[in-house]
Amino acid sequence: MITILKKIWQFYYQGFRGMTVGKNLWILIIIKLFIFFVILKLLFFPNFLKTNFKTDKERSDYVLEQLTK
Amino acid sequence: MEHIDFSLVDWSRAQFALTAIYHWLFVPLTLGLSFIVAFMETIYVRTGNPEWKRITKFWMTLFGINFAIGVATGIILEFEFGTNWSNYSWFVGDIFGAPLAIEGILAFFLESTFIAVMFFGWNKVSKKFHLLSTWLVAFGSNLSALWILVANSWMQYPAGMKFNLDTARNEMVNFWEVLFSPVAINKFLHTISSGYVLASIFVMGVSAWFLLKNREHLFAKRSMIVASVFGLVATAFIILTGDGSARVVAKYQPMKFAAMENLFTGQQNAPLAVIGLLQTNKSEPGPNKQDFKIKIEIPNMLSYMAFLDPNAYVPGIQDLVNGNSEHNLPSYQERSQKGKLAITALAEYRIAKNAGNDSLANASLTTFQENYAHFGYGYYANRDVNELIPNVKATFYSFRIMVFLGLHFLALFIVVLILTLKNTIDKKKVILYTALWSIPLAYIASELGWVLAELGRQPWVIQDILPTIAAVSQVSASSVQVTFVLFAVIFTALLIAEIKIMTTQIKKGPGGHE
Repeated sequence: MITILKKIWQFYYQGFRGMTVGKNLWILIIIKLFIFFVILKLLFFPNFLKTNFKTDKERSDYVLEQLTK
Repeated sequence: MEHIDFSLVDWSRAQFALTAIYHWLFVPLTLGLSFIVAFMETIYVRTGNPEWKRITKFWMTLFGINFAIGVATGIILEFEFGTNWSNYSWFVGDIFGAPLAIEGILAFFLESTFIAVMFFGWNKVSKKFHLLSTWLVAFGSNLSALWILVANSWMQYPAGMKFNLDTARNEMVNFWEVLFSPVAINKFLHTISSGYVLASIFVMGVSAWFLLKNREHLFAKRSMIVASVFGLVATAFIILTGDGSARVVAKYQPMKFAAMENLFTGQQNAPLAVIGLLQTNKSEPGPNKQDFKIKIEIPNMLSYMAFLDPNAYVPGIQDLVNGNSEHNLPSYQERSQKGKLAITALAEYRIAKNAGNDSLANASLTTFQENYAHFGYGYYANRDVNELIPNVKATFYSFRIMVFLGLHFLALFIVVLILTLKNTIDKKKVILYTALWSIPLAYIASELGWVLAELGRQPWVIQDILPTIAAVSQVSASSVQVTFVLFAVIFTALLIAEIKIMTTQIKKGPGGHE
């Protein structure tokens, strides 16, 4: 089992080490994920119902009110 | 719905459209190129010819670049659901949950396992296992698209669900009805085949560039053969699924069908306007009345396209708005009255439940269920019903441009295949330039498909049930404007990065791969 895990680790390790174009892509992916999940999600995209209401009951009451007003 | 901030609705829609359009720039190439790479690798494994390995690795690198830049761009759409479309998100929650969760799990396992084998596994795993991984990536990424398209199809044709009045949510009662709805099947097949055509054009166009630069002749010609054969098969499939999609739209979204054909008055033996130039008729009431300035028609073709019967009656915009008793079509006025009944019943049910009045609650529940199919029309009870007509010009032209570009691609695949087999393609500069410049055209055609599908169903977020005016969150329009600009900047930067990395890699040629 340990040998298999070691082989898998080596496979990924060597794969990442041997990358050329992939290195730039990974940098781009990390920057992108940081912008999406840390900056955009936290600062600009709070979940409206989760932020403003504590329980599902409150949320459904609010949506029902919105739909029927 | 007396106080509607139209600026908020329009900006929320614009933001969603912008994000979806950018997201779709990355997806179709992934869907198609994954299969093209799998075919190329299969030839390599079967023949053992190292040139095919070189070809496979080059296109695999371009697939990797596109995949890496595009990954997670779709997640922004989910952010927007939660922030700008909270009423909608709550309303559909349980229906979307299952398909999107499956998509997330599939994508995770696919990305962490088989893509790693695809890129890191050359000479480390057996040829056959590597090939299997490449095929699994191709099937996996297409299967991943299935769940997103199932969710979208449910919005076009809500099936397999029941509305829970206590929670204000639609709940899935039949997963198979959601998964195998006629809209979902056609949409999935039509969308993935459009990705195959786009990827074929991409491979053909890039190969043409190599020939124009007098480089890598063998590589370019072999790539062109695979791309043109795959493109031809995909085009045949796209025609078939497009035909199926048209019938499904005619049946379940007749207003979209009438708008995309500019059929104002319904008729039997309806002709199809193959080519048409529209002119707004200002003398008629309603914002969308368009006259044909020029048109070339095929008699009976629209009736046949819609119902497989050249004599069939196809309802027009006017029939759907004003009703047509002869063809059993209720007017939008009638439907909005029924919708209003459903909305009032929902409000009364809530009051009765809170007051512990079970008999009134049950009576309201019955009224609600009887009229739920018209629920969304209720928001237009005191409004101009012409607001329920989508943009005719945009849908009419987007459909025709998409179809004409599709025919152009079909002709190009045939010509390129013949010339490549005759080994004269490198001398045909006009064809090579046409193939190269068809790359942006393939993206335009692919995006127009979505423009048609999504603009054509306006104002519905969920067909007949929930319009955009009832689906938006009560947030400020200015905050949506700010994030709109932010997205435009971020996605444009990503697009520039993709084009730059991609063109650099292409210029290096198949010798410059990892």
